[in-house]
Amino acid sequence: MYQAGNLVKKLSEKHGRSRQSLMPILQGIVEKYNYLTDDVMVEVAKELDISAAEVYGTASFYTFLDTNARGKYVIRVCKTITCSMKGKKDIVDTIEDMLKIKVGETTSDKQFSLIETNCIGWCHKAPAILINEIPYTELTPEKVVEIIKGYMQK
Amino acid sequence: MKNKGLNKVDLIFEKVDLKEVLTKAYKMSSGEIIQQVLESGLKGRGGAGFPTGLKWKYTAAEKEPEKYIVCNADEGEPGTFKDREILDRVSYKVYAGMAIAGKAIGASQGIVYLRGEYRFLLPQLMKELESFHKISDEIGYKFKIRYCLGSGAYICGEESALFESIQGDRGEPRNKPPYPTTSGVFYKPTSINNVETLVTVMMIIKHGAEAYVQLGTKDSRGSKVFSVSGDTPTPGIFELELGMSVLQFVNEFGDGDTKAVQVGGASGFCVPRKKFSETVIGFEGVPTGGSMKLFNSSRSMYNVLHNYLDFFAEESCGQCTPCRIGCQQLLKGVEKVKKGEAKSTYLNELVKLADTMKIASKCGLGQSVGNAFRTIVENFKEEIIY
Repeated sequence: MYQAGNLVKKLSEKHGRSRQSLMPILQGIVEKYNYLTDDVMVEVAKELDISAAEVYGTASFYTFLDTNARGKYVIRVCKTITCSMKGKKDIVDTIEDMLKIKVGETTSDKQFSLIETNCIGWCHKAPAILINEIPYTELTPEKVVEIIKGYMQK
Repeated sequence: MKNKGLNKVDLIFEKVDLKEVLTKAYKMSSGEIIQQVLESGLKGRGGAGFPTGLKWKYTAAEKEPEKYIVCNADEGEPGTFKDREILDRVSYKVYAGMAIAGKAIGASQGIVYLRGEYRFLLPQLMKELESFHKISDEIGYKFKIRYCLGSGAYICGEESALFESIQGDRGEPRNKPPYPTTSGVFYKPTSINNVETLVTVMMIIKHGAEAYVQLGTKDSRGSKVFSVSGDTPTPGIFELELGMSVLQFVNEFGDGDTKAVQVGGASGFCVPRKKFSETVIGFEGVPTGGSMKLFNSSRSMYNVLHNYLDFFAEESCGQCTPCRIGCQQLLKGVEKVKKGEAKSTYLNELVKLADTMKIASKCGLGQSVGNAFRTIVENFKEEIIY
């Protein structure tokens, strides 16, 4: 359940209420909920005493400050050249098959979202994905099934 | 011209006595540190290759009392992963480089801007930072470092975009001048250096500039950490002396069937097999922030180019028209040629567009899209068309 009111206050206490606190505050919310709702951005704007448009303007610039609703675990599959050469498509197909969603979608139980992302810096251990902030590398379809099963049991 | 060949070096990851090097630097004057770095010939290791000593000299000359050292750890260039490895294995050397830089330019604050994709490293890095502060405090440094995190934007590796991001804004590059040395983060004089550059500085202070210039060539002093990936039996991170040819590199890392090497990532240059022996890796030939991707003959260079253009079309900040529209049109253009919807001569028009982007774009992103575009299209035209 998305109840970020308290969290916005707590994060503002921690990082301060100046303009440069905006990124860490938004990052703190995303760390917990994986995306930003309109309401929470308005809340942040009030807390920092800036316009909500400023908050949205900043958030919408950064791919990780997602303004689309996402699941509890966001799977980001690297699609840049080396991962793409080393079997990224098989990884995506396997995840799509397993979770019954397409790239860009979220499972109906709101547990998993699947998206593609640009280079995450694991080209020597391609293909690679991030699940929330944790990288998984040198993947095979079998390996990725095991990893996602692990998250399902969490 | 005879070159030095391929030599493995161990400077960046070498274990050193932190206290000893920091104490040595502490006893040096600002001028002495800058002189050492100037004499070493060190150029920035992030890719752009600006002489580090000059950057420090300019920042040191600013009268403003509030100055910053920023460590650029927004490593986003496709094919580069060495900065993550450096931070993971020897972060104390990065911090030391920042403190030494701070002493050189007269700054008491440092900021590490770490890309969001590397956030999993942060708890460990913070712990190591705490230990570092303890040691630097003991010696007498009044230099404090903090972290700022990125959130998935390649453009924030561009220095002025990175400052905007630290300030809590959209990561859109600024007009230059003014340069960071006079107006950087919070519009204060700032020296922004790459992770590897800062570690290299620490090693220059330890061993002395004289020892350092023994490595490398006149235009490319020292050694460099390379991120090797693609069609190679030995992908990974290797520190090599600068000055080798692409051929020597391929002989070491290739799989016997290498047809091209992309040097410097998506914003770098594609070197085809016929130019391997004449091309030197370094500032006299093809410069690189460390990204080295090998492609063998099973790979379609159209797919490579398409992947890069797709990358740039997404990562362009959209602020200036040549880059925003240019990236999209290059991508659409090669798709059209491939599908036969446009004549092959249309590629010449696209190369002209890439050249225009080089001149008219506001920052390094738009300016360098043409590097890969031109070198892939010129050398692998038939693969793009058919």
